[in-house]
Amino acid sequence: MTNDVTTEILATHVLDLAKAGKRLDGRGLDELRAVRITPGYVTSADGSALVEIGDTKVLAGIKLEPGTPFPDTPNAGVLTTNAEIVPLASPEYEPGPPSIQSVELSRVVDRAIRAAEAINLAGLCVTPAEKCWTCFVDLHVLDDSGNLTDTALLAAMSALKFAKLPGERFGIGPTAPLAVNHVPIETTFVRIGDALIVDPTSEEEDTCQGRLTIATDELGNVVAMQKAMVGAFSPRDVMELVDRALAHGDRLRALINQTR
Amino acid sequence: MGSVGAKEVPVLLDEHGKRIDGRGLHDLRPLKIEAGVLQRATGSAFVEWGENKVMAAVYGPREVHPRHMQQNTKAVVQCRYNMASFSVDERKRPGLDRRSQEISKVIGEALESVLFVEEYPKTSIGIYIEVLQANAGTRCAGLVAASVALADAGIPMSDLVPAVAVGKIDGKLALDLRKEEDNYGEADVPMALVPRSGRLILLQMEGHMTRDELKTSLDMGVKGCEKIYEIQKAALRNRYSLGNNGEGGAQ
Repeated sequence: MTNDVTTEILATHVLDLAKAGKRLDGRGLDELRAVRITPGYVTSADGSALVEIGDTKVLAGIKLEPGTPFPDTPNAGVLTTNAEIVPLASPEYEPGPPSIQSVELSRVVDRAIRAAEAINLAGLCVTPAEKCWTCFVDLHVLDDSGNLTDTALLAAMSALKFAKLPGERFGIGPTAPLAVNHVPIETTFVRIGDALIVDPTSEEEDTCQGRLTIATDELGNVVAMQKAMVGAFSPRDVMELVDRALAHGDRLRALINQTR
Repeated sequence: MGSVGAKEVPVLLDEHGKRIDGRGLHDLRPLKIEAGVLQRATGSAFVEWGENKVMAAVYGPREVHPRHMQQNTKAVVQCRYNMASFSVDERKRPGLDRRSQEISKVIGEALESVLFVEEYPKTSIGIYIEVLQANAGTRCAGLVAASVALADAGIPMSDLVPAVAVGKIDGKLALDLRKEEDNYGEADVPMALVPRSGRLILLQMEGHMTRDELKTSLDMGVKGCEKIYEIQKAALRNRYSLGNNGEGGAQ
């Protein structure tokens, strides 16, 4: 965070712009920044993707390794999502144990993948209660210019879509593409005064009055939500944002599906 | 949700549409709230909600520790939601796991939305929630308790904050899920309402819902919150009414 005075000047400016239906970077209130997906960014991973939304950059890497099923789900593989917001990503982040922001980020991304049943965990079981695949989804935040959540899930899903199960390396069957059944997409909005804007930049996040992330799947279901930060949304706001999230979800999903 | 490898799925709704504990789809579990239950805290509250037992304490406004977290223009709200190791069936490792950290964050941010933090610069308002016995809905129970504890501490707020979860069991929307319904149900939407503004300050969701189911869930949750709000007010009235043989009273 910069100092209190500049923060307040910025907040007032962002609010004045929002009242006029405008934003700092000239976007419309329901307009996303440019989205770029680069699959296969790191060849050392079993699947990877660098996703950029505007200046925000998140690199997702997938590693698949043999493991043991959890005792309460003996017939399923294991999915583990972790996010690191490393100090190179923003002046606000410091080295040390996982920050509360990175814990929330990984849990909100994990929730969408899990709730949408994006990957077939039962298919990752090798021998019930004994052997399964563990799928590590590791998110590396490289540049935080706002809206990490949407960028991170898009990176995770792009990486999963191109991931290969390294059967030959571990002597567990052939090497084959990882089956991705559903593609959840998260869309994040913030409130600035009465305006509800999509895909906030970090300046907009710093001055907002509440943030709402909505995850949808390709069947038109809402599969996860997370309201965060100080602020409030009426049920009517929420439903407006659900409709907007469904529309953005379809567009972003098409973008993943076109990516080669 | 966790249908993968799950053991036996219990019957969540019987042929009469009754739930495991005999409730209808729109019924809350029994809820009891007591304000001012702890001696040392500035404010406190105990919530017994179905088989949940949750205690909340509020300290402050007071000096900020660690000092570097101090803010010049407002109070910092430090919230900690913690579950006792014995509060769940299988012993939970003591301390804050990632789930507890996330819940602490969203509850703290929710409650800061109703506090006048600008009135108390350079101070800390500490909100401590201890789940002693858990049976689904503990983040809502914790928030309900914390909001009463804040009022008990005499910290100005724009409103009390009721909270409840709506879920989907056997394809039907149901208010205030209990453990089996949460474990084997198809969706869970916890929410917290500011009754005076009609706005939500906590909202999470996991599972599968259509747009229209979600809309109905929000309506059901708001109605549930309005009932809880009355019980919260009654708890404070009970603690501070003059007829209460001099006990409690303003500190």
